[in-house]
Amino acid sequence: MLAFIIRRLLQAIVVMLTVALIAFTLFRFVGDPVNMMVGIETTAEERAQLRQDLGLNDPIVIQFARFVGNSARLNFGNSYQFKTPVIDLIADRFPATMELAFASALLSLLVGIPMGVYTALHRRSWLSNIFLAASLIGISLPTFLIGILLIFLFPVTLGILPSFGRGEVVRIGFWTTGLLTASGLKALVLPAITLGLFQMTLIMRLVRGEMLEVLRTDYIKFARARGLTDRAVNFGHALKNTLVPVMTIAGLQLGSIIAFALITESVFQWPGMGLLFLKAVQNVDIPIMSAYLLLVAFIFVTINLIVDLLYAVVDPRIRIDARPA
Amino acid sequence: MADTTALLVTRITTRERIRAVLGSDLVYSFLRSRVTIAAAMVTAIIVIAALLAPLIAPHDPYDLRQLSLLDSHNPPAWLSGGDMRFLLGTDDQGRDVFSTILYGSRQSIAIGVMATLFAGMLGISLGLIAGYTGGTVDAVIMRAADIQSTFPAILIAMLIDGTSRALFGEQRNEQIVFWVMVLSIGLSFWVQYARTVRGSTLVEKNKDYVLAARLIGIAPVKILFRHVLPNVVGPVLVIATINLALAIITEATLSFLGLGLPSTQPSLGTLIQIGQKYLFAGEWWIAIFPGITLAALVLAVNLLGDWLRDALNPKLR
Amino acid sequence: MTPVLSVRNLKVEFPTRRGVLTAIDDVSFDIAPGEVLGVVGESGAGKSITGTAVIGLIEPPGRIAGGEVLLRGQRIDNLPPEQMRKIRGKRIGMVFQDPLTSLNPLYRIGYQLVETIRTHSSLSESAARKKALSLLEEVGIPAPDTRIDAYPHQFSGGMRQRVVLALALAAEPELVIADEPTTALDVSVQAQIIALLKRLCAQHGAAVMLITHDMGVIAETADRVAVMYAGRIAEIGPVREVIKAPLHPYTKGLMGSIPSLAHDSDRLVQIPGSMPRLTAIPSGCPFHPRCPRAFVPCPTFRPELQPEQSSQVACWLYHPFPVTAAAL
Repeated sequence: MLAFIIRRLLQAIVVMLTVALIAFTLFRFVGDPVNMMVGIETTAEERAQLRQDLGLNDPIVIQFARFVGNSARLNFGNSYQFKTPVIDLIADRFPATMELAFASALLSLLVGIPMGVYTALHRRSWLSNIFLAASLIGISLPTFLIGILLIFLFPVTLGILPSFGRGEVVRIGFWTTGLLTASGLKALVLPAITLGLFQMTLIMRLVRGEMLEVLRTDYIKFARARGLTDRAVNFGHALKNTLVPVMTIAGLQLGSIIAFALITESVFQWPGMGLLFLKAVQNVDIPIMSAYLLLVAFIFVTINLIVDLLYAVVDPRIRIDARPA
Repeated sequence: MADTTALLVTRITTRERIRAVLGSDLVYSFLRSRVTIAAAMVTAIIVIAALLAPLIAPHDPYDLRQLSLLDSHNPPAWLSGGDMRFLLGTDDQGRDVFSTILYGSRQSIAIGVMATLFAGMLGISLGLIAGYTGGTVDAVIMRAADIQSTFPAILIAMLIDGTSRALFGEQRNEQIVFWVMVLSIGLSFWVQYARTVRGSTLVEKNKDYVLAARLIGIAPVKILFRHVLPNVVGPVLVIATINLALAIITEATLSFLGLGLPSTQPSLGTLIQIGQKYLFAGEWWIAIFPGITLAALVLAVNLLGDWLRDALNPKLR
Repeated sequence: MTPVLSVRNLKVEFPTRRGVLTAIDDVSFDIAPGEVLGVVGESGAGKSITGTAVIGLIEPPGRIAGGEVLLRGQRIDNLPPEQMRKIRGKRIGMVFQDPLTSLNPLYRIGYQLVETIRTHSSLSESAARKKALSLLEEVGIPAPDTRIDAYPHQFSGGMRQRVVLALALAAEPELVIADEPTTALDVSVQAQIIALLKRLCAQHGAAVMLITHDMGVIAETADRVAVMYAGRIAEIGPVREVIKAPLHPYTKGLMGSIPSLAHDSDRLVQIPGSMPRLTAIPSGCPFHPRCPRAFVPCPTFRPELQPEQSSQVACWLYHPFPVTAAAL
């Protein structure tokens, strides 16, 4: 088990270093950092001085090592646009994105899993067919289009629910939350649905597919032959076995929710990290781009790691096989 | 204790085999499914209309001389204030929405197809190389695939797009933008092909006929193309169809976010972005009609992909 | 004495998009209390479907299209699902082919045993566990009090099949349907499991329907044997008679193709051709295209199972064929 964890950790570090290399390349070689930081009126001496100060004359390997070291200490430099530390900009917007992502993830799991189970157990019912048809439409509609349709339907046509912003937020320490005010909660509804809908349909189809596979297995047939109740067979045996692989994918989905949040944030002008990144791409603000890249990679790697460990907890085959003999 | 079954061997005759192909599930399931036929028709209509856009569009949205701001913000023809010249209304610059949709679909489909082809070629080549060569090359390629697949495609596409902005500056002309889109979307979708092709290559590589071919001195490239590739046509086709839908969505999303095609040469995503601003003014047609077209196109392509996957993979039926 | 199981003219159909397939047709047999009935035939002959139909687990869209299944004289094929569920496990136990996949990998075997015992009785958790322990001991699991908390993958194939047997017998059923219980096992383990199955069922007074394609297993274990071909019973009778003096030409071919049974002839006989697919079952006697002794009525008229010596056989060689056939 310990060996398993260490191996996973090492893999995670390799992934992070690779991403850091990409982020570093982006920072160092796409455009000239010095030109990006100073105005046209800066003299050649000042530029040379800045170049020296930034350590851009050092060997590349040293520069990369310094970049990794700084990033590990959350020092991503200053934004080209705002001239303020990138980490402050990100920390400011981090809570908004996280709240949106978790609300969507919760929504997609709470609705997606029961729908998937229902459609697997009642394969031929009309409701299942409706769910499946709806899910195909859900997968085919781009996230931003869902957002626009929701805005058109609720704020514009029916005049309910806000169409942009986060509503009133409450500051608790470094965290700002919109979950404690009525306007904050209202503002969360449409963005959360927009972001969660795609994941929800994905999870529903995944659960359905996995469950159908599991229902075909011998141990389910044998459980029925033993006369266990339908409830024990479907929910005790089949569901548990279904959720093991679903857990992996759902974990990865949480990561992509955070990335996809930037589309939703753009549609609803949600003041999160995604919007910051988007503006950074438009204005070639490379420190923000590379910091965001590293952050998303870090979140992904962490989730992956947690999922792997959970896997070992849930599935005895992995838990015991991983133990040294 | 003998296994009596083994002594009663079943033999399949050539005639039976031919019959199996003729009554093949592919053709059969296509004709049996009304949904699939409808999806094929929708796809065909949109693609043909997009290809023939210069011939069938009532207006040329790129021809500035034809545009008049007097015609801007017209609602669809059947609403009060509508103009019969503009069936689906006009946008803020007085462009006919129906015509822009035709031209926009052209852009969306062109980028989607090119990006899918690019991703396919890249993924298949890398998969073949990884599977056939093995060793370090294989490890490097598949590690890269692993790392890339942990990131959503849209993020990678945005990153490449951002890089191109830094490289080309503000002078990114439309020609460059088009190819940047193809490149950035294509580069974010190659992983699945590579994994599939590598898997089949590994299986085929160890079969006797490949060994025999190698022994009599047939070049590895020839072996790969003649023997390995045909085995992966099915899965690759399924991935490509589903990726085409994804590529179209990704392009639309990038354009919607203002990172894709400019408003002078709009794709469906750009059109929706333009229209979004006027949604609150009640001018819904500018965003909604391109939105419906996009959704219909993607849905139809997805349905075709679903059918292909089910028809080619009897296990899932 | 009422038979434990009576199957009367059972017919199972699978509607497919290319028409309805009749998987088994007009199958009738009895199993007496304590008796071991072997059901033998090639793959696809309908053996497993017969077992699945008896226990009421035919997967939809498959369905029982005709006939009756009687358990101790009481009809069970038309029971509401909930009542049929209560019979499964409680009165009819079942053992499947592959012990590696028959147990849910995520649950300890103790959990799966206790769950089964408590479904069919009002025993408390601890009493059920005690019973589970004694069952494990009975099926020959060493150190049951520690092994009960192990997961299925920690057992070998043979040990797992013992656990499966314990599960099938957990609620003291009157009938055990064993569907190819040894096919997936090592040859060295097969004999042990078969012996265990026979001993346990004798001790618990359970009758057995032993489905297999292995004539050797039947010869050692069964009291009577039913030979199935293309979804029908070709011949059924006491195992000694059927092996020593098979009546149906198909049974003769089957026996002739087994080395250990064919000691008195110089060479193994092979039946020409192969069993028809369900989509193309020949008219008349389904075996006639392969039968060395087919004659006038066989392609047209379907023979019924009729008594012949101490067996029953469906073959025109032993029955007067219809007058209309003679006229042809």
